[in-house]
Amino acid sequence: MAGTEPVYIAGAFEHPTREAPDKSTMQLHAEVAKGALEDATLEKGDVDGFFTAGVPEYESGLPPLIMADYLGLEPSYADTTDFGGSSYVSHVGHAASAIRDGRCDVALVTLAGRPRSHGQATGSGARDLRTVQDSFERIYGATNVSMYGMAAQRHMHEHGTTSEQLAEIRAAASHHAQYNEHAMYREPVTVEDVVESRVVADPLHLLDCCVISDGGGALVVVSEDVRSNLDRECVELLGFGESIGHHDAGRIDLTKTAADRSGSRAFAEAGLGPEDVDYASIYDSFTITVLEAIEDLGFCEKGEGGSFVEGGTLRAPDGDLPFNTDGGGLCSNHPANRGGMTKVIEAVRQLRNEANPEVQVDADVALAHGTGGSIGTRHGAATVVLGREDR
Amino acid sequence: MSWDPRPVPDVTPETERYWTAAAQGELLVRECQDCGLVYHYPRSLCPDCFSERVEWREASGRGEVYSYSTARTMSGWPDDDLPLVLAYVELEEGPRLMTNVDADPSAVEIGTRVAVEFRDVDDAEIAIPVFVPEDG
Ligand SMILES: [Zn+2]
Repeated sequence: MAGTEPVYIAGAFEHPTREAPDKSTMQLHAEVAKGALEDATLEKGDVDGFFTAGVPEYESGLPPLIMADYLGLEPSYADTTDFGGSSYVSHVGHAASAIRDGRCDVALVTLAGRPRSHGQATGSGARDLRTVQDSFERIYGATNVSMYGMAAQRHMHEHGTTSEQLAEIRAAASHHAQYNEHAMYREPVTVEDVVESRVVADPLHLLDCCVISDGGGALVVVSEDVRSNLDRECVELLGFGESIGHHDAGRIDLTKTAADRSGSRAFAEAGLGPEDVDYASIYDSFTITVLEAIEDLGFCEKGEGGSFVEGGTLRAPDGDLPFNTDGGGLCSNHPANRGGMTKVIEAVRQLRNEANPEVQVDADVALAHGTGGSIGTRHGAATVVLGREDR
Repeated sequence: MSWDPRPVPDVTPETERYWTAAAQGELLVRECQDCGLVYHYPRSLCPDCFSERVEWREASGRGEVYSYSTARTMSGWPDDDLPLVLAYVELEEGPRLMTNVDADPSAVEIGTRVAVEFRDVDDAEIAIPVFVPEDG
């Protein structure tokens, strides 16, 4: 394994806003950068690595340049890998590689966006045909919900998964969201509430879908040298993996994701397995996104995700696999339609005992997993395994 | 901005034959002469082996629904086309292709046998393949 020098997450900050009509997206980037650096007890001048993905509002504009310009950064290393929502999980891994290569010591990762202020509604179709694939997909009215709907439909067909089992994922997230003062939806919902909500694109109901929120978040990833001088509890990056899943020339399998590849790499690097995970942040653009990832990450066999989530498995603090204790993208926040950032942030909170007390888990090892793009067409998968500093 | 009428695909040198053939009532797939892969969407190099010896092949136009999802509402989409059944159809030749099944949603299930039809768009040179259930 290349590069085994320890790397740490020293700072994590989630913007409290869920709707920011009076702020620019760049301003949100700056605010979360400031918040994460303060959390890490570091200064802006300490930053020598900068990681971010595209800026959705600006189709061009060369994200690393306009953002470094706006933020006043002159990094010795920059990375604008864009896998959609999983990007920010990947950035943690990429930052670790850069740090181990000696390219930087303090890597800042930022995300921000304002889809809610731009009036995006659940079930909207993207109207621009930008890529070659769009001309074979978007012309048929493919929306994110209907593409994930096809995945859910096929999973149900092959494995007998039920709407009620998917609904339990939302119900568990809502159970956690009631304790999060910043969550968009704090009211706990039942399985019945989910399956009785209106169908957006079958078999997915409105409550199978994540929130649409403005906001953002940031992380600070640091070297051992930097960490040793900090008076702040850090979280160690134990393992990282990423991959891409896609059409495969017409052989797409809608029942599985590239999480099997990203997860197995992350676990191998950590020298751990699914049974060692005390808390998991799992990307939840839709309930089916969680179900397939649970299987592909190895928490249960393929096809058994439905029965796995029944019986309170995902509910903190006592379930076998407490997940998304902030309420996740389903109930709390899905800033810029890109939830990988908040997945890492909540895992860091759990390992620092900074989660909301009612859902704080006694966790030494946490996992954060991102699914970007669409499992209905092509997606990025990125997994980090994180450990408590004094575990 | 609205989708009404249905959007017209971007026609590129790599995909022009596919779209113009559709206007003639033919559904084309790509077939690699080196490794034998039959694939969709069209690409000039085989996505399995990077061979440039790929030919167009007329598909039978029949297949079955691999999966589907029905959108009940969709802002900007033509009302006449709602509810809209989005589907992957597995062609007899192998590839799974994203499309619409133009039928009452209650007539569509995974495994439903379907056949291709073509829908006109504003550009008379091209047409869009969709599918309908075989034998009603
Ligand atoms: Zn080939």
